[in-house]
Parts: sequence; C-alpha cells; structure tokens
Amino acid sequence: MTGQRAVDHDRAVDTVELAAKSPELAQPFKELGLAEDEYRRITEILQRRPTSSELAMYSVMWSEHCSYKSSKVHLRQFGEKVPAQAKDILLVGMGENAGVVDVGNGLAVTFKIESHNHPSYVEPYQGAATGVGGIVRDILTMGARPIAVLDSLRFGPERAPDTGRVLPGVVAGIGGYGNCLGLPNIGGEVVFDPSYLANPLVNALCVGVLPADGIKLAKADGPGNLVVLFGARTGGDGIGGASVLASASFEREGEKRRPAVQVGDPFAEKVLIECCLEIYAADLVVGIQDLGAAGLSCATTELAAAGTGGMDVDLDLVPLRDETLVPEEILMSESQERMMAVVTPDNLDAFLDVCAKWEVTATVIGTVTDTGRLVMRWHGKTIVDVPPRTLAHEGPVYQRAVRRPYDQDALNGEHGNGLPRPKNGEQLRATALKLISSANLADKSWVTDQYDRYVLGNTVLAQPEDAGLVRLTDTALTDPAAADPGIAVSVDGNGRYTRLDPYAGAQLALAEAYRNVACTGARPLAVTNCLNFGSPEDPAVMWQFAEAVRGLADGCQQLGVPVTGGNVSFYNQTGSTPILPTPVIGVLGVIDDVSRRTPLGLRSDGAQLYLLGGTRDEFGGSEWAHVAHGFLGGRPPKVDLDRERLLADILINASRDGLIDAAHDLSDGGLFVAVAEGCLRGSVGIRLIVPEGVDPFVFLFSESAGRAIVAVPRTEEVRFTDMCTARGLPAQRIGVLDVLESAIEVQGQFRIPLSELRTAWAATLPDLFG
Amino acid sequence: MHVRTVGRRGGSAPGNLSAVAVRVGVVTFPGSLDDRDALRAIRLAGAEPVPLWHGEKWLSDVRAVILPGGFSYGDYLRCGAIARFSPAMESIIDGARHGMPVLGICNGFQVLCEAHLLPGALIRNRSQKFVCRDQELRIENAETAWTSEYQAGQRVVIPVKNAEGGYVADQRTLDELEAEGRVVARYVGGNPNGSLRDIAGICNVAGNVVGLMPHPEHATDPLTGPGTDGLAFFASMLNSLVSAA
Repeated sequence: MTGQRAVDHDRAVDTVELAAKSPELAQPFKELGLAEDEYRRITEILQRRPTSSELAMYSVMWSEHCSYKSSKVHLRQFGEKVPAQAKDILLVGMGENAGVVDVGNGLAVTFKIESHNHPSYVEPYQGAATGVGGIVRDILTMGARPIAVLDSLRFGPERAPDTGRVLPGVVAGIGGYGNCLGLPNIGGEVVFDPSYLANPLVNALCVGVLPADGIKLAKADGPGNLVVLFGARTGGDGIGGASVLASASFEREGEKRRPAVQVGDPFAEKVLIECCLEIYAADLVVGIQDLGAAGLSCATTELAAAGTGGMDVDLDLVPLRDETLVPEEILMSESQERMMAVVTPDNLDAFLDVCAKWEVTATVIGTVTDTGRLVMRWHGKTIVDVPPRTLAHEGPVYQRAVRRPYDQDALNGEHGNGLPRPKNGEQLRATALKLISSANLADKSWVTDQYDRYVLGNTVLAQPEDAGLVRLTDTALTDPAAADPGIAVSVDGNGRYTRLDPYAGAQLALAEAYRNVACTGARPLAVTNCLNFGSPEDPAVMWQFAEAVRGLADGCQQLGVPVTGGNVSFYNQTGSTPILPTPVIGVLGVIDDVSRRTPLGLRSDGAQLYLLGGTRDEFGGSEWAHVAHGFLGGRPPKVDLDRERLLADILINASRDGLIDAAHDLSDGGLFVAVAEGCLRGSVGIRLIVPEGVDPFVFLFSESAGRAIVAVPRTEEVRFTDMCTARGLPAQRIGVLDVLESAIEVQGQFRIPLSELRTAWAATLPDLFG
Repeated sequence: MHVRTVGRRGGSAPGNLSAVAVRVGVVTFPGSLDDRDALRAIRLAGAEPVPLWHGEKWLSDVRAVILPGGFSYGDYLRCGAIARFSPAMESIIDGARHGMPVLGICNGFQVLCEAHLLPGALIRNRSQKFVCRDQELRIENAETAWTSEYQAGQRVVIPVKNAEGGYVADQRTLDELEAEGRVVARYVGGNPNGSLRDIAGICNVAGNVVGLMPHPEHATDPLTGPGTDGLAFFASMLNSLVSAA
C-alpha cells in the first residue's frame, strides 16, 4: 500500500460511525440499480443508512444476476418436481456453485452452464473468454478437476456486419481461454437468428470430476479459521456501478476509463487450477469459494452466510493491481482468476507452500467469527458491518406480472401450411442443398477447429458428434481387462420452438439433449440449464419464462433426470424487443465402457440404415420454414417424452450389445440433414428409400421429435428389429450403406454426389468469416 | 498410412516393462498442458514415465526428455521465451549437447528454438487463428533418435493444435536443414499454419534433438485420437536408447 492512497482517500471513506451520524445523507441507490423499497429494507436491516461500501455490496448481491429475485418463485419447481431417481445420484443439488452427481466407481461429476451474454457483445473476445473462466472456477470450487468445456452460441444474421465483429471475437475468446487452460472443448451449438443481432448469447458449460468423498463447499466454518484470498490481484476491471459511488463521494476521472468487461488471464487460471487441486489432495481447506460476479462482496457474504455466520476482514490486506482503488471498488471488482479459501491456522503454512510452488499470490485477509456479522475494516475504521445472510440469502423476491403475449394466438394460428413446398425431385434436391449450406446447418469446423479437443487425452467423442464423450479413467495399461467409464454431455436449445410454445420449447430442448446423449450410448443422468430471456419486467417475457421453467421441470420429472443447477440471464433484448426465448439445456450421461460408444459417422459397408420413431407433417419453427421462407409460425413439433425414454433405452441397449455401429439424432433440418452429416462424416454413400405412402418432402425435412437414425450391421439386423418390435418402437429400414457409392440417392427423386454435398456444406462459414 | 507395429523389435511392446525400464522425463512448466498425455505415451511405448518440475535442475536419472505442449507462462512473451531459462532447461541443454534424446512438442518445439538447440522460430499461424485438426504428415528423416521406427516417405496422421506453429528461418538455414536432411516431417495435404517449406519438424545435426509442431502423444490410441501413428516416435526413442546401451 502506498502512502498516496492513505493520504488521498482517507477523508472520503464512509464508515459505519459516519453512517450512524448522518442518516439523512442522499445515496445513489437508484444509479446502482436498487429500487426505493429495496433501499428502505436495507436501512431497516441495518437500523441506519448503509455505508457506501455496504450499499455497493447490497446493490450487487441484490441484483437480478446474483439474487434471482424475479426467477426464484419459478425455479422452485425444479426442487418441487424433483424426480425420484435424484435421491440415488444427487450428491449436491441446486444452490451451490454447481450440482454434483454420483457416477459410480467412487467418482462424482459436477457440471454447470452459465451465460456471459452482455459482456460478449461489448467486448467479444474478453467477454467470451471470461465466460469460460468463470464457469471453470465454479467447477473447480466444488473440489473437481475440470475435464471439458462446451459452448452454446447465438448470433445475429450471418451476413450482418456486426455478426462479423462479434462471432470471430467470441470464438477466438472461447478458444484462447479454454485452449490455454488445457481443457478440451467437446461440443456445443452455433445458431444464427435476427433476434440475437444486438444481443448474442454466449453460454459456457464446464464439467469436472472428483472423488465422491472429496466435495468442497463454500462455507466459512470454525471461529478462528483464516480467510485466504489467493490468485490474481484485484484490479479495476469489471466494475459496473462502483464508479457511480466513487464519483458520488469525490471527484475522480481515472476510473471511468477502466474496462467494464473483465479481462481474462488463462495462464493465471491454469496455475490456479493446479494449485487448488494440490491443496485439495492434501486436504488443506475447510471451505472454498471462487470470485465471480460481485467479486469479494459475493465470496465473503456467501462463505459467511453458509458457515458459522461471521467474518472479520481487513480490506487493506487485499493485494491490488491498482493502488488507487477505493473500498467500494475493491468490493465490487470482478477481476478474474481469484479464489477465497477458509483454512485452519494449523494448515496455513502448508497451504501457503503449495501457493508458493505455483507462484500464486496468497494473502490472509480475515478470520471466521461467531458474531453473526460480516465486519470489514479499512485503514482501521469499520466500513462494513452487516448480517451476511441478508445479502446472500434474504434478498428481495418478486412475483413479476405474467401475461401471455398479445400476438401468441396469431403466431400459433399462422400455421404456414400454405407455404409453397418443393413438388418434384429437382425441387427437393435444390431444397436439400439449400438447407445443408444454410448457416445454421452448415459445417461448423470453422468454429470448432479453433478449439483444442485433444488435450488431457481422454476425448472419445467431440463435435460434430451428437454429444461430447470423455473417459473418466484409463486402465489400458494397469488393467487391460477393465472397462473405462465415461461421461457424455450435450447442450441444446431452440429459440424458435420456444417462441411458438415456451412450455413445449423447453421440453424439446431437453429432449434433444437427452436424445443426443443416448445416441452415443450413454445413459442420461442429470440436467443443467441456462435460461436466456428478455426483461422480467415485461409480462409477456415473464410468461415465456414461467412456461419454459414449468415445461422443463415437468419434462425432467417425466424423464427422471434432476436439474442440478443452472443460470438465468434476463434483459436479453434490443430496445424493447426481446430475443427469442432461449432455454439452453445441458444433459449429462454416463457410459460404463467408453469403448462401447456409438459415433455418428456412417461407415460400415452394407449396414442397414433404420429410422427410429414416427414422422409427422411438422414444420412449425422448422429450419426449412426459416431458410426457404423466412417464416416463423404455427406450432412446434409434438413432444412425447415417453417415446424419448423408449428411444433412449433402445439406443443405449443397442450400443451396449453391439447391435448398431452408428447413431445420429434427428433435429434441425430433419432426416436429410442427419443422413448427410452421417455420410459426410463416414465418407459413405447411401440409397434412401422413401417409405410407401409417405410424402417425400415430409420424409426428408420434417422435424418431428423422438427420432434417430441407426446403422445396423446385417448380422445384427434380426436381433435389433426384434428388440424394437418387442418394445414397441417404430423402426423402419430406409436404406443401405454403400462405400462404393459416392452419393446420396433418394430413390425416384434425386441424387447428390458426396463431393457436391461436402462443398455446399463446408464452404458456408469460411466464405462468411474468412 | 500404417506405422510399423510398435514393439516388433526388442522389448518395447506396450506394457512389457520386463526387458528394460528406461526412465523418460516430461517437464512440467507453469502452463504446460499436454504433459500428462506425453507421460501416457511414454508408458504406452513401454518406458517408465517420470514427471519433471521446471524448477528442479536434477533430472532424476532420466535418459531422455520430452518438453510437452501447452502455453508455458501463458506465452504472453514470445512462446517458450521464459521457459527456456528454467533450471531444468539448463540441465536439458547440457544433456542434449551430450547426445540425450530430447523431443519438443508444440510449445516444447518453441522452447527448443528459444534455447538455440534448434534453429529458426515459430510465429503466429498465417490464418491468425488457432487450428486443431488431424493432419497428414510425411516423415522425411527416419534416422533420428525419435523417428527410426518410421520409414522415410511414410505418411502418418497426427493432430496439430497450435496458434503459433508457423516455422520460419532465414533462407540459408532452410537450405542447410534441407541439405543435411534435418527436416524430420512435412505437412502434406494442406499446410495448417503457413510453415515455410511445409516444415512440421526438424532436428539438430546429431539427430538426438527433435522439434515437432504436431502432437504424436495424441495419436497413440484409436479411441481418443485419429489412430496410433504417433506411437512410433516414442518407440523410436526407446529403441535408440536400448540399442545404444
């Protein structure tokens, strides 16, 4: 600390003593986003006006982002409707940094998805990079080694100039941070739609593995234990509203030029990961919390609130990158790559030794107490004295107004059945090529080749496979006879379906992720979600939100997969126009033996291609309506979760028993797109037979849910079809794979050589983004 | 595209440690990422993997060293520029000059260039983007300590993943490398990073020090990589040590 700081800012500091003496002082609570009655409640809790530091803390802890004040009343359903299966697998549920599920073999897996939408629009590279960094720290905080990341992205129209600014920056940021951390990126989505033009979505998912008995919790237990801040120094980045306070209390210009978006340092996070894992292995912490949104404010209050209840902190001890920071700024800074641990005095030396080995700065800044108060001092004066639970758990809760949008009936009524459809083989061929080369369906390797999918050496499946799949153990050399278990993860969402019917849209996203996991042969186990919506103050948006949450909670109950955690992102809108409501659902599954996984590439000569599930004339919200007509209306495909369960069962059993050697789920673009992706991945041709009495257009492009294609070797055909018949799952033979045939031929309709198909599919993104 | 089966000669069959337990080290710098994978590959080749810490000068009696991929010190300065000064590197530079086999993979290649054990430098990819893909290579020199189990001209598929993998050197150095047969591997079917003369790897004059931009440790198991084409790098090193003994 410099003398400068002491001299300059001492008089400006607002203390508890001053606050008690000056109850009438006007405070900028509105500028900090607090409502009048919220401010009044703070004064009631404290029995005086808050100090400016306390005001800073309440404003961030009671923000929508940290307090879930608009969503809480709805999110309760995930707990109320928890499926019976949860009790067998759920080790840590919602409310912690991330949920933890038991995957057997003494191992547990933790995973969570989180948004970083607004920062990624302002500063695409850093916004996306720190989005990855934040979710990785959540996983690390649970005691786990992070083992993979996925990302779900939404951008404006592919040809919009701003998409050309945002997309390359976001992709480079995700890659730049994740690659440097040494985490394989194993899957995700990239979707374009005009509603995301000035509000892209960047949702990052991280998954980690830990010993089932090695879970760490964010708790400051045990009076006398020490509070250690470690990792990066605290700087002036990521301070949103603190500058309001700073400028309100005294005149300064410097801080206004600091970035509101946090700046990431993946190298610092990489050493922090290794440092934490070494600390966990030696069992050196009582509790641990990462510093994310709301920085020190959040970490101290949450640790204290969940533990013995009190904490004394000396803010002068916080290592700073910028010595001119004032307490309000230190409390609100969202500088990245920081963690806070609670350590017993006996373990402190060992803890600091590990930090020193990894060259990680670690500083004792406080002590756990049993006073029930979180007290902070600055230059010897008390500037914060609050009951921590009132910040962390007892924030405001709102029952926001909910109203079905005025245009919802009209939207559902304009069913689009009259849209001109391709009439003959030539027109169907043109439609097929147009779809496969459209930005949403085209090859995404321009994006995914910027991500390391190999690092850590356990990636069994990665994009463009239906789900990413990583092995959890590697016994090849120690016990060759043993099977290695693995986990599969998929993230999916469909804003158009959700706009047409939020209840069904959320269930369709869940069903797709569930189906994708099952396609790899893994059994779906648990769910995480990132709910991206417009303003909660708009009753129409709140209706979408309420319906989506209800749909998701009901769907999870019916599929038997509990929600383990997630994230809500509101205020995704441009002016008063909200984005398409976009719940992004992540499903985690387990597979007992990773060598049994089923890839999506069609490659075995002579294998029979089967279509599982039933196809209806369903084009509401479809990719075809979007690409061919720019149309959104009608109803999304019908949801049948019992069918999804049955389909998943068949896929998993067939994979385990070696009855299939490829599987691919049917979703956006329908059957043709799925077959094309399978053929291009495996470099094999096929002759498709349109079943008798079926409209070729519906057969090829309908987006009916609950379907998948599988390749069945001839030797297994009888066993496979017998299983489907016995279980009552429609299975229809629709073609034969032929390695000598280098085309997709739809019998009696059209033929497209694979080379032509590949060019159309692969050229789109490079042409757009260079 | 098939590599000769690893372990055809000598006792280097996977898992067969009975013949020799040759100790091979992998250095972990702060920011190393593919260290675990390199250790696994050493074990798969039949040697005993030994983790080495950058801050330790003592190399724990290893007989060969791998500098793994990653972003040592975040690569915020020139890649490898800081790692090159670590205590472990002092001993490795010394060992390399006395014939110890040293393989630098990706970031390790950059460290070897910074340490002047290999000529030239690696710069930002021509595309300005990180690239991860399964890359076809042609093995040009099958006589180095790390490539003797290949045949000259053999085509292999090994993943590349780098942001700064463009190999550059002055004209004379490049001509020298070519003339002396020190280009170990070349990209075929598309140059992923703009390397001059499609160079994917080079070696020193003695052939014991090899720098390679692609990652052979990620091509050792068909379950987790494009195949097993990378295993022979590790088997070659083992055989060169066993036959030298």
